[in-house]
Amino acid sequence: MTTKCCNEFSRSTLLRRAVAEAGNGLPAIEPGMPAPAGTGLDRRQFLSKTLGAALTVYGASALGPRMFDEGIARAAATGGKHNVIVSIFAPGGWDALSLLYPIGDPRYHKLRTSLALKPGDGPVFGSDKRLHWHPSLQPLARLHARGRLTVFPAIGYSHPDQSHFTSRHFWEVGALDPQAGTGWLGRLLDVIGDGENAMQGLSLDGALMPSLATAKVPVATLSSPADYGFDSHNVWDVPGELLNQGIGSLGSLANDPDPVLAQASRTIKQSDELRRQLGRFVGKDGRVHINPKAKYPESDFGNRLSGLAALLDANFPIRAAALTGPGSYDTHADQQGPLQDGAKQLADGLVAFQTDLERRGIAGRVLTLVWSEFGRRAQQNDSNGTDHGAAGVAFLMGTKVRQHMVGEFPGLSKGLDGDGNLRATSDFRSVYASLSEQWFGVDAARIIPDAAKMPRLRLVG
Amino acid sequence: MPLPVYTGPFGPAQAERLLWRAGFGPRPGEERSLAARGLDGAVASLLQSGSDRLVGKPPKVNGRRLYPLDKFGHDHLWWLDRMVRTTRPLQERMTLVWHDWFATSNETVGSQRLMIRQNNLFRRAGLGPFSELAQLVTENPAMLLYLNGLESEKGAPNENYARELMELFTLGHGSGYTERDVREQARALTGFTATYKNGYGWVKFRFDRNRHDDAMKVVFDKPGPYGWKQSVQLTIEHPAHRTFFTRKLWGYFIPEPADDDTQAGLEELYVGSGHSTKQVLSAILKHPRLYEGPRMVKPPAVYLAGMLRALGDRISTEDWVWLSVQAGQLLFYPPNVSGWNDDRWLDTSTFHARWDMAERVLRKHTFNPDHTRRGTVPSDPHKLVDQAASFWGARLTDATRQALVTYAKTAMAAAVADDDRQRKFPPMTLNALRHLVAASPEMQTS
Repeated sequence: MTTKCCNEFSRSTLLRRAVAEAGNGLPAIEPGMPAPAGTGLDRRQFLSKTLGAALTVYGASALGPRMFDEGIARAAATGGKHNVIVSIFAPGGWDALSLLYPIGDPRYHKLRTSLALKPGDGPVFGSDKRLHWHPSLQPLARLHARGRLTVFPAIGYSHPDQSHFTSRHFWEVGALDPQAGTGWLGRLLDVIGDGENAMQGLSLDGALMPSLATAKVPVATLSSPADYGFDSHNVWDVPGELLNQGIGSLGSLANDPDPVLAQASRTIKQSDELRRQLGRFVGKDGRVHINPKAKYPESDFGNRLSGLAALLDANFPIRAAALTGPGSYDTHADQQGPLQDGAKQLADGLVAFQTDLERRGIAGRVLTLVWSEFGRRAQQNDSNGTDHGAAGVAFLMGTKVRQHMVGEFPGLSKGLDGDGNLRATSDFRSVYASLSEQWFGVDAARIIPDAAKMPRLRLVG
Repeated sequence: MPLPVYTGPFGPAQAERLLWRAGFGPRPGEERSLAARGLDGAVASLLQSGSDRLVGKPPKVNGRRLYPLDKFGHDHLWWLDRMVRTTRPLQERMTLVWHDWFATSNETVGSQRLMIRQNNLFRRAGLGPFSELAQLVTENPAMLLYLNGLESEKGAPNENYARELMELFTLGHGSGYTERDVREQARALTGFTATYKNGYGWVKFRFDRNRHDDAMKVVFDKPGPYGWKQSVQLTIEHPAHRTFFTRKLWGYFIPEPADDDTQAGLEELYVGSGHSTKQVLSAILKHPRLYEGPRMVKPPAVYLAGMLRALGDRISTEDWVWLSVQAGQLLFYPPNVSGWNDDRWLDTSTFHARWDMAERVLRKHTFNPDHTRRGTVPSDPHKLVDQAASFWGARLTDATRQALVTYAKTAMAAAVADDDRQRKFPPMTLNALRHLVAASPEMQTS
């Protein structure tokens, strides 16, 4: 690894190349599918079994290790206390009509013959007495009562698409555009971010969350900060000490004319840089030190959120983070159990995160948005499940949230569209546009293509 | 429209690429025997289908055989073994393609028995006409369980399979079908059922007329009292299907889009041949871009099976299960119904897993530096690199070769005038070089 970094010219050349790389943000598409091809409904389950650490840096492949270090260090020194947004995706399209069940709506029992919850199952939703919280969401009901949670009871967009992949894509890119190649947070980072700080957009996942795909600035992926060493059997002494250098030298094809060979070579080079990087966060005992100030569920989700809180507390220069939440909500059959389990893990993790941030005294600069690609059909199916629907539910959590509820619950009579799906009373693009302006002070027209058509909501302040 | 055919030299290098793309890489010397057949002969030999003969040592894990129908992870090992020992590599590779195309996960199905039954369907029918394969998959038990086919009946259709049939299996999203088509197709696909046997699982999968909605439907603007076979056939005959099919199949073998003439030629061939997968595949495998275009990243299962194939090793450890999870491809558990994301096999996390995989493969082949006689391993850096490359049968670029020579020179320079190091460093360095070759960009791609 011999990247020269001290001459401003070579430095700017390298940065320009990094910028060009970052334009590859989103993966190429499979035929017939919109870009990105979706990072998967429950890919997380597979990665959750992954033990190795993973910090994948997107868009900084030409930065040498020292520049990488310096970029983070300088960003931390000059601006570690910025506002932050955390985006949590609930995969599969969750059943809004169970998470906030409309027990007070006369059609509820007709539509949900076997799935209907009872009045006493969950607490009343303070902003609309027709609705009750799902029993698993009790912790969120308490946050809501404390003014820490804004609820969007019927959020979506016009002409809803019922494909998981397409609808998720729309939410990730912040536009109803199947061809969009950058995420809405990625475009935000392109405006407010730094060409050298890969930590500003942090994907807490095994792969890049599409919302963070940038066109210009680098972003990173961290699945779990554990051991990231490269060992070889029956190799020690000098040959062993030289091994890491040997791996780094496999990055010498980074500019090979064959694009795939070059990409493989760059990945190896990044892996070598990562191994050096992770050393900074590991104690002498070889472990990463987090010291949470709240009790998190023992799960990948809990670990990722507690790690994020610790990094923010340490003024790590993160501006946007994204991860997949627990559970899998594509509940076509026998939905009660999976929905209950997923929602409970989610709610417990969220409350722990908020408590941790408050106890660390940094809650005032963190907002957490929780969303799913769509809600489910009002009429249940005969498999004790529900099929793909339209409007769903979303939450915005933080001490700075201003509203208890945005958009009303439209009811199960006039509130259903021709397909029998809940109509949206708020649009995710309105939320994104409002957050761009109110939380980051950036003209939403630069981030959200349809910003001019979207009403602004007073979300924070 | 005549399709372009590769006319350049077809030597061991080209045959090797073909064996990696259309299989799991060569056994020692296999690229030479395949090259001797010429391009046409090589592709024709790969396309032969039928019952497979497995060669080499059968799996032995903890001193016992595998229990693929019952033991967790043994399904993965069972298939990996087939990849390593097959004599019909393309048939086996197409089984992997169909597993990704008609992605079904045991996470939902919950039965290794039914997953392996589906796998054998892909193996048996995978080189036959796609129209037949799509029918067979539609009534396949694992698929019925995965996409809620059993829960779809007259008066209560479940849309899951109908939607994915069109969106992911035959037409592609936004390709000329509507939400109404999804609902009508779901009605056409009603009627499958099975019996749940306590302590065993689902058995007696069957079509039950009484559960089928036999009333009129309107699919793609055409009315008819469609049943499930017609439902599938309608998607195959839909004008968007030929494009979807040929592009998707092409994408498994060549990492860049086909040019317009090739695309048109493949579509014509596909329709003219009665939806023959075999004929389209043959054209793709003879296309100049396969030999002259960019390399492709090997999927993790291919990378691992290829290393074992090259060394003639049997499946002898369950470690392949967790290492494959880390590398991003546990067989029988694709991440979702759209399959694995083939554009994203390699990142800093999965590269680390591949390093560990290579370490595990190499462990029993390493020289013990304390017990290796002087002279068994050369001490010349160039010779060491040559031996490491030929150990795998790897073709290295000059840049990687130079990087490895530098490593070997630096290591051996530290042994000068030290008798103990003079003895131990050559075997250690060769161990390390073999590992570095396995990790090299050349071995990650083909």
